Amino acid sequence: MRFLLPLGVLALILAFLGIGLTMDPRKLPSPLIDRAAPAFELPTLRDPEATLSVARLREHPVSLLNVWASWCVACRQEHPVLMRLSRRDAVPIYGLNYKDRREDALTWLQRHGDPYIASAHDGDGKVGIDWGVYGVPETYVVDGEGTIRYKHIGPVTGEVWRDTLRPIIERLRSGNG
Amino acid sequence: MTRRPPMTTLRTLAAWLLLTAALAAAAIEPLNFDDPAKQARYERLLHEFRCLVCQNESLASSGAGLADDLRQEVHRMVAEGKSDAEIRDYLVERYGEFVLYRPPVTTRTYLLWFGPFLLAVVGLAALVIAIRRRSRRTPPDTLDDSERERLRRVLDRHREP
Repeated sequence: MRFLLPLGVLALILAFLGIGLTMDPRKLPSPLIDRAAPAFELPTLRDPEATLSVARLREHPVSLLNVWASWCVACRQEHPVLMRLSRRDAVPIYGLNYKDRREDALTWLQRHGDPYIASAHDGDGKVGIDWGVYGVPETYVVDGEGTIRYKHIGPVTGEVWRDTLRPIIERLRSGNG
Repeated sequence: MTRRPPMTTLRTLAAWLLLTAALAAAAIEPLNFDDPAKQARYERLLHEFRCLVCQNESLASSGAGLADDLRQEVHRMVAEGKSDAEIRDYLVERYGEFVLYRPPVTTRTYLLWFGPFLLAVVGLAALVIAIRRRSRRTPPDTLDDSERERLRRVLDRHREP
């Protein structure tokens, strides 16, 4: 009986540690969820004369903004998934080419394919800061109002698409997001 | 494997440590102000913000590319004369409260701020109760006649001849 209290306390501490261990500290909730997407106007990767802004994203009921770079290893991992999505026209995908050299980025797209309707070239990463980017790749779900509805940190895998992104996109499309 | 004398190993280790420390220091480019007050404020602020990439380092010590960019942003805002609160809000708006090494006292962080004191109070109370109970349980330290007799016999037996 006299061990019941210490055992209880131990169990409580273990429970908290267990919860702590199963959480990924790299995945931080973004304060931008359900807020207006930070405005930007950047030259596109393919044509430096043309620009890409949030207004283009607002043309679609739902679209993705995928933050990527040619130096980003995990971007290679998610790339085939993005390519499949773009071939199936599953959802409009825009790119934010983050802190990259234009030539490197274009070579990368040539080698691995280009799933993006357009990519904005954020060479100095200032727009990335406004969007709270801290670990490439990151993928934002933006609705027709230009509001950020979800942020995925890390590579988009088939599983992430099936279990997380697609349900969110479908819910937003059916209009009861 | 040949065994090296321990001093050589130590010296190699020291050299490596120095080299890596020098590399880490070289990664952080110092940004300076003419005004020493602004310089001090800038440096103090950098220690208050967490680097989002290497999460156990502050913006002041992190060599990550993002930390470098954010140092430049903080530098710009200090130079523009922005207040501490404005700079803090700028970062929290983008990265959330996790970016603050000193979390604000809100209803959500009461447990974080006051939990340790609560634990200390509970622990002290438990200790006091335990000590009181124990002192009540111990028998009185006076001996009755038969015990005194037994003690004398034991002591006699062990007395030096």
